[in-house]
Amino acid sequence: MTATAEPEVGKARLRKEDERLVTGRTRWTDNITLPGMLHLAVLRSPLAHARIAEIDTSAAREMPGVIAVFTAKDLDPAREIGLPCAWPVTPDMKHPRRPVLAADKVNFAGEGVAVVAARSAAEAQDALEAIDVEYEDLPVVLDMEAALAEGTTVIHEDLGTNENAVWVFDSGEAGTGGDVQQAITDAEVTVTRRFRQQRLVPAFMEPRATVVDPTGPQLTVWSSTQIPHILRVMTALTLGLPEHKLRVIAPDVGGGFGGKIGVLPEELMTLLVARKLGKPVKWNESRSDCMATAHHGRDQIQDITITATRDGTITGLKVDLLADMGAYLGVVAPGVPLLGAFMFNAIYKIPSYRFACTNVFTNKTITDAYRGAGRPEATFAIERIMDELAVELDMDPLALREKNWIKHEEFPYTTVAGLTYDSGNYEAATERAKQLFDYDGLRREQEARRASNDPVQLGIGISTYTEMCGLAPSRVLGSLAYGAGGWEHAAIRMLPTGKVEVVTGSSAHGQGHETAWSQIVADQLGVPFEDIEVLHGDTQFSPRGMDTYGSRSLTVGGTALVLAAHRVLDKAKPVAAHLLECAVDDIEFAGGKFAVKGTDKSVGIQDVALAVFAAHDLPDGYEANLDSDATFDPDNFSYPHGTHLCATEVDTETGRVSIRSYVCVDDVGKVVNPLIVEGQVHGGLAQGIAQALYEEAVHDESGTLTSGTFADYHLPSAADLPTFVTDRTETPSTTNPLGVKGVGEAGTIASTPAVVNAIVDALRHMGVADVEMPCSPMRVWQAIQGGAR
Amino acid sequence: MRITVGVDGTRYTDDVEPRMLLVHYLRERLGKTGTVVGCDTSNCGACTVHLDGHSVKSCSVLAVQADGSEVTTIEGLARDGRMHPVQQAFRDNHALQCGFCTPGMIMQAIDLLADDPDPDDNAVRHGLEGNLCRCTGYQNIVRAVRDAASKMAPGAGPAAEQVAEPTLDPASRSSDADISAPAPSHTGGGS
Amino acid sequence: MIPARFDYVAPTTVDEAVRALADAGEDGKVIAGGQSLLPVLRMRLAAPTKLVDIGRIPELRAIREDGDAIVIGAMATHYEVQRDPLVREHAALITAATDTVADPQVRHRGTFGGSIAHADPAGDLLAPALAMDAEMVVAGMDGRRTVPAAEYFVDFFTTAMTPAELLVEVRLPKYTGWRAHYEKFNRVAQSWSMVAVAAMVRTDGGTIAEARIGLTNMASVPVRARAVEDALVGQAATAENIKAAAANAANGTSPTSDGNADGEYRSHLARVLTGRALTAAIG
Repeated sequence: MTATAEPEVGKARLRKEDERLVTGRTRWTDNITLPGMLHLAVLRSPLAHARIAEIDTSAAREMPGVIAVFTAKDLDPAREIGLPCAWPVTPDMKHPRRPVLAADKVNFAGEGVAVVAARSAAEAQDALEAIDVEYEDLPVVLDMEAALAEGTTVIHEDLGTNENAVWVFDSGEAGTGGDVQQAITDAEVTVTRRFRQQRLVPAFMEPRATVVDPTGPQLTVWSSTQIPHILRVMTALTLGLPEHKLRVIAPDVGGGFGGKIGVLPEELMTLLVARKLGKPVKWNESRSDCMATAHHGRDQIQDITITATRDGTITGLKVDLLADMGAYLGVVAPGVPLLGAFMFNAIYKIPSYRFACTNVFTNKTITDAYRGAGRPEATFAIERIMDELAVELDMDPLALREKNWIKHEEFPYTTVAGLTYDSGNYEAATERAKQLFDYDGLRREQEARRASNDPVQLGIGISTYTEMCGLAPSRVLGSLAYGAGGWEHAAIRMLPTGKVEVVTGSSAHGQGHETAWSQIVADQLGVPFEDIEVLHGDTQFSPRGMDTYGSRSLTVGGTALVLAAHRVLDKAKPVAAHLLECAVDDIEFAGGKFAVKGTDKSVGIQDVALAVFAAHDLPDGYEANLDSDATFDPDNFSYPHGTHLCATEVDTETGRVSIRSYVCVDDVGKVVNPLIVEGQVHGGLAQGIAQALYEEAVHDESGTLTSGTFADYHLPSAADLPTFVTDRTETPSTTNPLGVKGVGEAGTIASTPAVVNAIVDALRHMGVADVEMPCSPMRVWQAIQGGAR
Repeated sequence: MRITVGVDGTRYTDDVEPRMLLVHYLRERLGKTGTVVGCDTSNCGACTVHLDGHSVKSCSVLAVQADGSEVTTIEGLARDGRMHPVQQAFRDNHALQCGFCTPGMIMQAIDLLADDPDPDDNAVRHGLEGNLCRCTGYQNIVRAVRDAASKMAPGAGPAAEQVAEPTLDPASRSSDADISAPAPSHTGGGS
Repeated sequence: MIPARFDYVAPTTVDEAVRALADAGEDGKVIAGGQSLLPVLRMRLAAPTKLVDIGRIPELRAIREDGDAIVIGAMATHYEVQRDPLVREHAALITAATDTVADPQVRHRGTFGGSIAHADPAGDLLAPALAMDAEMVVAGMDGRRTVPAAEYFVDFFTTAMTPAELLVEVRLPKYTGWRAHYEKFNRVAQSWSMVAVAAMVRTDGGTIAEARIGLTNMASVPVRARAVEDALVGQAATAENIKAAAANAANGTSPTSDGNADGEYRSHLARVLTGRALTAAIG
């Protein structure tokens, strides 16, 4: 590589990961087979709330191939083990003990009550049918408001309440803005709405699996997880194991979307059983088990009030949330609504704001982070109510947004929620989106269809969003009582032949780190892209890491790479000067070469690496090692933003919605690999649109998940989604040296309200003011019937 | 039950329980772990392979039903170290992220192109409706399939012949397999 | 997930298959293409102790012409039916409905007879078979009998066959020159029909001479929309006449309610989709 070479950052590099993935040379956890390995199967409660009177495992123990059957009594006789929650949002938060296996009582349908270890997976499953459990039904608590009512059945009797925590932010009290109650009293216009965020299933394509090998010096755990590092720490703390005796590996992981940030009862039971039996043990789950027991997402009721002056200036915003935790607490579940708390005010200048959230226990599968975690919910509510306010004010919804958003010259801007947005240009993104969308032309067509009473009506939906990502500044996390920091770690190893190993603490599961990280390091060190190997997901070679969630990998982990690379160069410079027989200050580095300023004398970084390896001729006292590491802890979040425009056609006779066109212009700051960025946007849009139109985890009145397979939970296929038009504006972030903002969640955060706004817009003249998600044909049709009445 | 199945050009004879699914036979007996299981209701298509020249979901076929048949998996597509044009197109068009659905998606795309060598976007989308992906939003998958179609069209170069699945290449046989007889070649999607 | 243990036989003649079924009694089960059965076995929602695989009986695979009928062997796959020129010419409604069944992989494996015998009211081939007055040829230990479609479908997943009987073939009267359309309505492309309408029409000039309409998923069995058929006969094929007739589509149906559609909505859909199916059929 020469000094004039085109930078790698910004290139649409094809992914390094793909060659093995498209040829089937993959290493999913379920591919791992060890000699003598046993297979685990978990017996799960069919009931949502019941006492366990008796468990009889005697017949199962006699089944062919069965090595052992365990219940809570065997795995945790002292009843000490409780699955961890890392985000106690308030000092008095209620935290019920979640056992590895239920002992006396089951609290959701799907909770494990016994586990079989057998020589084959089939035999393990056979044995489950021979276990006899006697249950005594208890009243089921499913509805959040009912759960909080006086006299309701309390799920965790020792806590005395179904309320997990109440968390409040008030701009008046925080000193970041005015008193929202005053704003409501003084308001010229007030709009209040209730929105429901339905329960969703993250539905990563690879079901979860864990293999534990108790042989050798350490316990080795392979798991299909987003968080190998956090899993190691949490497992050590939860089970009281010495951390240095645990090695956690996340091999190829088939998607996560937040759904694999848990510390699972199944991971712990696999470990406990492997230790008890002294043999390697594998647990892998069926999709239906995954649907019922892997954590769900969303599930909030949002009461939101916005106030404004007659001319459309927003004066206040008040939000009251109910958030369903399910039967226990996920690792970060109580804090998911808090991630939204700072985002309801979105891109707008709002003088007063109050947010209050009540977390509630119900007899359902636990919820936790799902792509966007808190921010999609907030964005949905504010963007929906902005449209409702526009109707109330008889303003164009885009004009209302423009009147209230932060102007590009006003950055950095400290919001009413106390965050400082470093950069952005909402005008530019919106202008570009309008051009691509033909906003004015579609409005004309909408008028024509209304005038002709066309059975297919056209609607336009807008979503101008921002998000806080790059989780996160450790100090901020600490102030919110989060149980860990938000730094990320990277290490660079210079190999003797000039090749480079990069170790990242950010554990990828589809994001393309191996490619993007290579691009960053190639530029920093001036080595060829192909000469870099990115290693991740094994605590043995990557002991420090905070893993992958919250659109944090590039902003935090990418920056750590840059810092580590700088240290490599700092270490290499004296060697280069020594080899070139000049002073260190006379060395300049570019394009992989250390050159003597003003001469054509130079030495490549690869030659320096070889010289350091040989160590025959180094400066006096030089430590023969170029390897370096670095940890980056940002002092602010990053704030991607964008404008999404959606046109829907609504068949008013059947209620079916189809997306006619979808345009989004996102600003994710500097882009390392446009191919990967575009892919992240596409996938995010698909998930956000799926929330608007298709997906819902439904429980019946007994608490059984009735959408518990892919036949009932409506994931869209290629035939159900449109072609997206995507573009970008680029306003670099000032909170990290790469100028990047993160893109993993943007599409999901922005798209859901754009679609629902478009549906309501299509039907507004028919008296429709809202459609609950998912906007199924029946719901849309019923809304039309209701509007017409 | 004893079965004999040709997989990716190698013939295997094994005793299996009647209840063993083809996908488990491929993964656990033959080590063909490139083919994966994503669901239990035959919705996701991640386990798609070709059975006697047609795409099927190998989670919904018993191994005993495949007795005497020829199976091609994602691992049997590359030839002489070169990827199948559809594999290449998936890479070229960033049509995968986590890659878990990809083997099934590619196997179905090859079947689709055998039936319809020049599909429009809509035909690709409907041709892939039995395969779920959670990462990509499908747009780049559609692009990849059409890209592959253009490269596989007659006269588009030597890659075009790779619509047909590989004929037996002795070098690709695994050393520990029971190679009792060469398996006949067959074309993807032909009846 | 892995099915519970079962014994497996793969007879090569219908007689052997029938004998195997008789031997197995109540715990025997036929596996045709297996596309509905295997997911059920994997989830262990059923656990037959003996599977009789009819996939190796060559006779069952054929699609042939027999006088005034097209005969589809029970083991003809959806893929084969979709592409069969005889079916397309004389039983276009079957072609149209088969195009919408599941997805390409399932159509490669799944069979015409398997779908009929499975008798899922959301299955897409039942209503066309009913509308066409198909006849199911069933083999048992006592030989073969023919069951008209109107008597074959008894209830949810229940047919007039005994566990010891095997569906051998389906005889479809020829409807040469009729125009057909299958209008399917579902949540996402790969989900079952919420409601679907199988419509075929014979026109004479601009007049509707005959109409046959079957409804999918409007009861525990497929149902004929006779009131619509009667209202159409002799009428000019105009949009108004079609709409007026289609308004009777839900008469006599008993749709179920689920999360995707309650009974009222299903009835509404039946009316709308019947109008659309007829309009599309008439072209």
